[in-house]
Amino acid sequence: MKKFHLPSACLTGILLLFAVFLIGFGLWRGEFMRVLTKAASICLECVGIG
Amino acid sequence: MKKKAKWVRRPLVQVLSALAFNLNLPGFVSGSIYTGALKGVCVPVLNCYSCPGALGACPIGALQSSFAAIGGKLAYYVLGMLLLFALTLGRFFCGWLCPFGAVQGLLYRVPAKKLTIPQKADRPLRCLKYAVLFVLVIGLPLFARNGVNMSEPYFCKWLCPAGTLEGGVPLALANSSVRSALGGQFAWKLTLAVAILVACIFIYRPFCKYLCPLGALYGLFAKLSLYRGTVDAHACTRCGACARACKMEVDPMKTPNSSECIRCGDCVRACPAGALKMRMCFGCENNKKEVAKGELE
Repeated sequence: MKKFHLPSACLTGILLLFAVFLIGFGLWRGEFMRVLTKAASICLECVGIG
Repeated sequence: MKKKAKWVRRPLVQVLSALAFNLNLPGFVSGSIYTGALKGVCVPVLNCYSCPGALGACPIGALQSSFAAIGGKLAYYVLGMLLLFALTLGRFFCGWLCPFGAVQGLLYRVPAKKLTIPQKADRPLRCLKYAVLFVLVIGLPLFARNGVNMSEPYFCKWLCPAGTLEGGVPLALANSSVRSALGGQFAWKLTLAVAILVACIFIYRPFCKYLCPLGALYGLFAKLSLYRGTVDAHACTRCGACARACKMEVDPMKTPNSSECIRCGDCVRACPAGALKMRMCFGCENNKKEVAKGELE
C-alpha cells in the first residue's frame, strides 16, 4: 500500500522551487551568456591540451 | 519475443540520446565545435562541450569553469539546473540517457569473464566519486587559485574520460591545430580513458560506480527525486530476483531508491510478483521497513 509521505514531499517541493529560483536568478545575472561563451570555445583542459 | 523487444529498448534509447546530445555531426568532419545559442543550455548528462557534435553544455564542466574563473563565481544557473535534474529524474539520466554510460554498458556486453569487486573494496571505492565531486569539481576550482585569482577545471583537465573520448580524440583526428598541440597531458588522459574503457569489459559501469561526480550529485538526492522505485510490501515474496538482476549491486527490495541505483529497470523486469515499480511519484512512501521485517498481510 502506498502512503503519501508529507515530510519528503515538502522537502522535494521546497528544493524544486529553490532550483527554479536559482535558475531564474542565474539567468537574470547573465550566467546563460557566460556558460555559452565558455562552451562555444574549445576547452583546452577538456581535450588534454591546457 | 516480448522479452527481446524490452531488452532492445534501453540500448536504443541510449543510442538515440547520444545522437540527440551530439547532433552537430559536420563538426566531426570539420574538426570544429558547435557555437550556437543552444550551447548555453546545460544538458543533464556528462557530455563534453568540446565534443565536435555537442549541442549543449556539460553541467560539470560549466560548474568548474564558473568556479575557476577570476574571482570564483558561483554559477546559480548551473547549480539550479543540476538541482532540477537531480530532483526530477535523477539517476534515470545515468541509466537511460548518458552517452558515456551507454558506452560502458555496451562494452560490458563484450564476451569476457566478469569480475565482482569484493564488498570490502567496493564500499570505499563507491565513496571515491563523492571525493571527486567535492574535491576535483568543487573544492580545487574554488580554492586552489593562482596569482591572478584564477583556477582550473581539475576534473575536466585530469580525469574526465568523456572529455577525452568525445572531445579530445575526435578533435585530434579532424583538427590539425589541436593535433599539433597535444602533449603529456593528453597522453595521461588517453591512458586513463583507455584503462576505464578496458575495465568496462570486466566490471559493469566502473566509472559510474566509482568516479562520476554527476552520478554522485544525483545520488545525493536519490531519495527525494520524483522518479523513484517503490516496493509493494504485500506483493513482495522476498525471492531476491531483483537483487540478482541488479548490475549496480543494489538490493532493490531493501533500498529501492539507493544512491547507486541508475533506474535502469532491470529489477522491475526480473520481479516475478510485480512488486517493484519505477515511476514518477510525489511524496511516495517506500514501505521497505515492512518488507525488511517480513510484515506482510
